[in-house]
Amino acid sequence: MQEIPRKNKVWALIIVGFFVLVSLVSYGFHEYYVYLQAYLWFGFIYGMCLQYGRFCFASAFRDLFAVGVPRMVVGIVIATMLFAFTSAFVNATGWSTFHPAPTSIHAVIAGLFFGIGMVFAGGCASGSLYKTGEGNGVALMVILSISVTQAIFVDIGGWFNKLVPESWRLSAAQKGLPPSINVTDGWVDQYLAGYVWNQPTLRFAEMLGMKTDSIAGAFLGNFFVGVVLPATVLLIWVYSVWVRKNVVKRAMESKGTVTFSDHLNGFWGMVTSSKRTAIAGLFLGIACGLQMFVIEGLRMKFGVKNAGTLLARLGFDYGLSAKGTVFDPGYWYVTTQEAQWVGWTLHKLTGINFMDNIFFGWVNGIPNPAFNPADWMSVALIGGSAVMALLQNEFKFKKPTRELATWAIIGGFFMGIGSRLGLGCNVGGFFVRAANGDPSGWLFGIGMIGGAFVGVKFFNWWTERKMAKEMAELEFEL
Amino acid sequence: MAMKFEKKGEGLYMLDVKGYVCPHPQIYTKKALEKLRSGDILEVVFDNPSSSESISAMCESNGNEIVEKKMEGGVFTFRIRKS
Repeated sequence: MQEIPRKNKVWALIIVGFFVLVSLVSYGFHEYYVYLQAYLWFGFIYGMCLQYGRFCFASAFRDLFAVGVPRMVVGIVIATMLFAFTSAFVNATGWSTFHPAPTSIHAVIAGLFFGIGMVFAGGCASGSLYKTGEGNGVALMVILSISVTQAIFVDIGGWFNKLVPESWRLSAAQKGLPPSINVTDGWVDQYLAGYVWNQPTLRFAEMLGMKTDSIAGAFLGNFFVGVVLPATVLLIWVYSVWVRKNVVKRAMESKGTVTFSDHLNGFWGMVTSSKRTAIAGLFLGIACGLQMFVIEGLRMKFGVKNAGTLLARLGFDYGLSAKGTVFDPGYWYVTTQEAQWVGWTLHKLTGINFMDNIFFGWVNGIPNPAFNPADWMSVALIGGSAVMALLQNEFKFKKPTRELATWAIIGGFFMGIGSRLGLGCNVGGFFVRAANGDPSGWLFGIGMIGGAFVGVKFFNWWTERKMAKEMAELEFEL
Repeated sequence: MAMKFEKKGEGLYMLDVKGYVCPHPQIYTKKALEKLRSGDILEVVFDNPSSSESISAMCESNGNEIVEKKMEGGVFTFRIRKS
């Protein structure tokens, strides 16, 4: 391994120093800032883990379908199981900040959009954040595209109202939302209040007659039945389709027969094929569970249920939702805060009212990004990734080419739509939900797999075409 | 920067996918290896860190040997011998 240049170490120190300074100075203003700092430092840890393990949900099924590499699927399954275990502990204590999402076919459709988008963009929502920390300009463009798409999509009305089924419109109108939301104007508003909110919220524990905040419900219902079993089925499927044939081939070549023991060794080899990814999954899973615990503890300490109350107490009441809340999931999330900063910016710059929709006006608000806890998490995630990349000498500024910029914008657009249809991305829509025993997470995941398959089929055609052009002048004896 | 594929010598080819992000480097590497003959060497140059894991795993899985790995200033160079 080559030596790390001194300037990399200095820059890493400057980034860490910046976050330490922000923490100290903000704490000097008021102890409430500890709440935002908790988001910040967990974001920093996520960034380091993601960069170290090259942990990108997009590559999981894309690399599987495109080049037959299962390492990231395995890494994500490990992280999901570990996060599920720590979540089960937090759930059993009753300290969890997690709320299940409505479960229906919409999650699959949303995942499909998202899956296509992440293959086109070259990274999922969280992957694009950490790759931005590596100096990747394409990833930054993906973030911009996701952010702008979401902010506009959640507010779009006018002609798009004609695409809303009458049943959604009527159902949305009956939800008793305040007039400021104007719920019958806006496609997403009517989709949410007229369809999504009517779907059941489920968890495996309750489906099996147990309670999530009990040891049996958390560990047997949500963790074992809701995560370990489907994750094991997923791994066996991956092994059977992509890895088994190589294990059989090698065993036949070396001893002329294949035993059950060969398959067990092959399966274990698949699980341990990338130590970096597995280690990152381990730390990521633990940190995700710990964040829930810490945020809930801080809510109890400060006597609040949402960061909006803290911001109001600090005198920052601009951009709070009609309920006085801001987006404050209490766990790792990516896309909502990206929509928020664009919503806030457009609201400020254009004067267009971005608070007359459910997403911003009723639920998440558009607080100043400088005081938005989830934005602190995302910025720190980029910083954590940059530190890790610098310390491994992998940081490199990369300007996007026209071709990659186009893919970034198209991919970000699809991911932005998918995120809002599914009420979350690969993290909030799949990872966190699946790990907390919410079946809608798995539905979103199934959609993502389908979308990745479609995206890979397209990319195979695209690269084949480009390679053919490059190779036209070369002679091959094929 | 556009993708470049060229012959550097007898049985030695170079694929330059610097500037490309996932999934381009690994897909181009796979496509290029499919075109080569057994024993040919493919030198892949890329600067997308996550592709290093994917290309390594892909070669391991397909039996193609990575005879040399270099990384300098964020640029990776893998020399792969086709099985």
